[in-house]
Amino acid sequence: MSGANRIAGQGRLTPARTARFTFDGKTYQALEGDTVASALLANGVHLVGRSFKYHRPRGILSAGPEEPNALIDVSRDAARRQPNVRAPVQEVFDGMKVESQNRWPSLSFDIGGINNLLSPFFAAGFYYKTFMWPKAAWEKVYEPFIRKAAGLGVAPTEEDPDHYASRYAYCDVLVAGGGVAGLSAALAAAETGARVILCDEQPEVGGALHYDTSVTIDGQSGYAWAQATAAKLKAMENVTVLTRTTAFGYYNHNFVALVERVTDHLARPDKKLPRERMWQVRAKRVILATGSIERHMVFANNDRPGIMLASAARTYLNHFGVAVGRKVGVYTASDSAYEAAFDLKRAGVTIAAIVDNRDKPGEAVLAEARKLGIEVLVGHSVVDTKGKLRVSSISVARNGGGSARAIPVDALLMSAGWTPSVHLFSQSRGKVAYDAASGRFLPGTYAQDCLSVGSCNGTDGLQATIEESLAAGELMARATGNEGGGKVELRGENAFEWTGGMAGAGEGAGVDTTVKAFVDFQNDVCAKDIRLAVREGMHSIEHIKRFTTNGMATDQGKLSNIHGLAIASEVLNREIPKIGLTTFRAPYTPVTFGTLISHSRGDLFDPARKTPLHAWEEAQGAVFEDVGNWKRAWYYPRSGETMHDAVNRECRTVRNAAGVFDASTLGKIEVVGPDAAEFLNLMYTNAWDTLKPGRCRYGIMLREDGFVYDDGVVGRLAEDRFHVTTTTGGAPRVMNHMEDYLQTEFPHLKVWLTSTTEQWAVIAVQGPKAREIIEPLVEGIDISNEAFPHMSVREGKICGVPTRLFRMSFTGEAGFEVNVPADYGQSVLEAIWARAEPLGACAYGTETMHVLRAEKGYIIVGQDTDGTVTPHDASLSWAVSKKKTDFVGIRGLKRPDLVKEGRKQLVGLLTKDPNVVLEEGAQIVADPNEPKPMKMLGHVTSSYWSENCGRSIAMALVAGGQARLGQTLYVPMPDRTIAVEVSDMVFIDKEGARLNG
Amino acid sequence: MLLIYCPYCEEERSELEFRHGGDAHIARPTNMADITDEEFQEFFFLRDNPKGLIFERWRHIHGCGRFFNAARDTVSDKFVMSYKAGEPKPDLSGNAPATEKTVETYEATEGTAK
Repeated sequence: MSGANRIAGQGRLTPARTARFTFDGKTYQALEGDTVASALLANGVHLVGRSFKYHRPRGILSAGPEEPNALIDVSRDAARRQPNVRAPVQEVFDGMKVESQNRWPSLSFDIGGINNLLSPFFAAGFYYKTFMWPKAAWEKVYEPFIRKAAGLGVAPTEEDPDHYASRYAYCDVLVAGGGVAGLSAALAAAETGARVILCDEQPEVGGALHYDTSVTIDGQSGYAWAQATAAKLKAMENVTVLTRTTAFGYYNHNFVALVERVTDHLARPDKKLPRERMWQVRAKRVILATGSIERHMVFANNDRPGIMLASAARTYLNHFGVAVGRKVGVYTASDSAYEAAFDLKRAGVTIAAIVDNRDKPGEAVLAEARKLGIEVLVGHSVVDTKGKLRVSSISVARNGGGSARAIPVDALLMSAGWTPSVHLFSQSRGKVAYDAASGRFLPGTYAQDCLSVGSCNGTDGLQATIEESLAAGELMARATGNEGGGKVELRGENAFEWTGGMAGAGEGAGVDTTVKAFVDFQNDVCAKDIRLAVREGMHSIEHIKRFTTNGMATDQGKLSNIHGLAIASEVLNREIPKIGLTTFRAPYTPVTFGTLISHSRGDLFDPARKTPLHAWEEAQGAVFEDVGNWKRAWYYPRSGETMHDAVNRECRTVRNAAGVFDASTLGKIEVVGPDAAEFLNLMYTNAWDTLKPGRCRYGIMLREDGFVYDDGVVGRLAEDRFHVTTTTGGAPRVMNHMEDYLQTEFPHLKVWLTSTTEQWAVIAVQGPKAREIIEPLVEGIDISNEAFPHMSVREGKICGVPTRLFRMSFTGEAGFEVNVPADYGQSVLEAIWARAEPLGACAYGTETMHVLRAEKGYIIVGQDTDGTVTPHDASLSWAVSKKKTDFVGIRGLKRPDLVKEGRKQLVGLLTKDPNVVLEEGAQIVADPNEPKPMKMLGHVTSSYWSENCGRSIAMALVAGGQARLGQTLYVPMPDRTIAVEVSDMVFIDKEGARLNG
Repeated sequence: MLLIYCPYCEEERSELEFRHGGDAHIARPTNMADITDEEFQEFFFLRDNPKGLIFERWRHIHGCGRFFNAARDTVSDKFVMSYKAGEPKPDLSGNAPATEKTVETYEATEGTAK
């Protein structure tokens, strides 16, 4: 027997198919198809958790995704563990381990329960009030305390071994929800030939038909009709039916995200299967058939285990065959709860009483109750409950006062009516409208191509729902151009039409009471907390929500929002629509990070870009650094060397012999066409029409506002062909910038742009022996200093493969940059290295490159400039043409602020103590004794130990820097103040003899 | 995620393929070097940030690579139309979308601040 409370002959599960699981270490038996909630209830377990703030014992409140109480920790093994799983949603599988949360040392005896007694100190907004002062206590006392107290479950510590999948899908009509409404709409849409996707969050379709056994459709029981309809839909080629699949987010232009739970219900899932799959669906039309959610009643101590929603009890009985108690009370403001009592009574459960706070319940249900011999107390309310770990009795009193009568019960079912699930509608940016007659927020103004049908649209009555849904399904499908099929007709019948419903606090929990009448179970918010928030000045529902945390838990207030709103409305004496509903946000129910990121984790989180020379660098023992997505060789340590040692050696070797460097990451753009020079004239500050083919020039690119955007060397290969290089990080945006101007401002120019960054491998060979190294390898180019001076470019061959050979330098040494097609990169490098190594050259990395360029005062855009630096500020005025009448940035450079005296300018800094290396980013002041706040003159942009200079060197942006050459300034640090002298930026070979040698 | 019609590819494609390019129909002055500070300010810095219809540039960067213009409602994110770069700004005054009041301000809920 799978639990003492399983009633033979009830429910739809097969008694022979059992599964075993543990809850807090104790083994229980379940049936296949059970949820954790139904299996625990079958075994008489109502106490499943402790509440968030007060640690009150809590049970199972619902039978669906709205569950705020029964949050559990579910594990398959040590790594496959998930906290905060909703027990009514998680299906049991054989061998599953379930633990309760937020309790110590045990669920039935929880020390944290003291919070319940201390609750006067935990009123709404207590964080804001209690943790105000002293300020010093925040870090050491308050924050650790809050962090320890916050949250229910414990996050797993091991890496998630499961994998997750993601796919895109397209359809004519997406139907969210597989109850009567969704199935009817999908059927009508599918009959036209439209491509239809139907999704439902439960293991089987049916929605309310899971519990509502009084329904028949076309002569079949409602649930059987639902399964038959799903089977029929699945058999159609144009339909996809997805169960265990929640539509959790509705985004722009009918883009809807679904999550399909693929293996969480399986005892031994196939390892090839993803645990969950995300569907990103673009639908031409969307039909929302998301149903509605029953609300609880708000009264004193309404949170004891054993107190649950009436529809939940009905689901446990009619679907799972479980009686939630032996002597059950009902407290309701809606006819719907009566049907739960009828079903239980017929199954042999004692109904202690139906307490109806209305004076006039629906006549049909009242008559049926009398017929079944159930005591109904109309105009009465439950004003309190008793029971330590499970409800044991309820106090019932006539509305408006009078003595209370205690009725013993072991379960209490409640219903305050139904809240339409307008979550997805609201996420679609549709505007809800308040229907005062029914007291519901319903879809009002639509923002996207969607329609709501059934109870989420406020449609009452089975046949009305069916007809509305069939019509919507056909309408939406026809709107997408599907013309097949005819009219679908369905006939539904059910026992009772429901009336009633209420929102807000019930009897005994009204204004001026201090009882714990829970509105939001998951965040422990009571009716009195909402009133307190209003009294303390929170008058907007958004403020009330944040002050009390009502509706801010992971259930997003599926039960509590409307009650909270009604209570605020009463205290504020303002109508509900005037207070407004808080905005619904995706996701509808919690979604795992695994599903959202899918395969984008580990190595696939962000692609790594490797140059064609990467393998060689690895073999040489390079340490790599990340530059954007690139992996660049940083330095090449030899045995026993620190980074500092290696960089010093590399710096010396390049200046004394030669060095080989991978410059392949530099951005490269081929600019071709009869107007190429004119186009570059507009893009760069320099003049390009005067550049002869075979020559190169350093160019500066500005934004229209006059600030430096990028720089690089441009070689002219022919009258109509330029080889443009950009900074490593700037390549994509420079290409975009050029395309933008070419397409939209200068479309008359005949120019074609092609990104060639990844087509070329670039090997820089720099140093006094550079020419000697490459000379024997080069064919067809005279690389003598006379024929091939600094800033030249030629096309020819190296090692038998085509090359664009540049004579250029970012080190200040005579040097070459060998461009070869990417696939030849490594073999050419090996040939170069075979000559370079015996000549005493070394391979050097980006760190040495940085030091060597700083020794020459070459700037790095983005390090020495920050988007507020002009070419003049960077001592690059020589590169700005004075003859041109237009280039991007020409007008920006003349702005009053950009020509003002005293702008920050790039200068060199020499520390008075040559051994002190400044920190990059350090601030610079004129007077170290000035009281705080000191006047900051600027900051250090680049700073290194220069082995070649035998001292530290630095570059800095300093206000009025050019006029301060020779001045002593100060760099205040936490432990000392460093004196520096302002210098020019060239620290080595000021005449350029090495460069041109 | 937006669905955007590229007037060059002549089909709707996902937002992932596009990059936004700021306001459309701001022509770069042909006498750039000679304009006044006020003209430069107008050209480079000042934008309307309208609530409702906006004309803006998009680039189909992971598609055909072309820049084009589109008219979009900034409240609903609905695209009214898109058209090729260089084409004149369409007159949409007839079907300008109604701009609803969607932002809940203190004044709207509580009256004028005292």
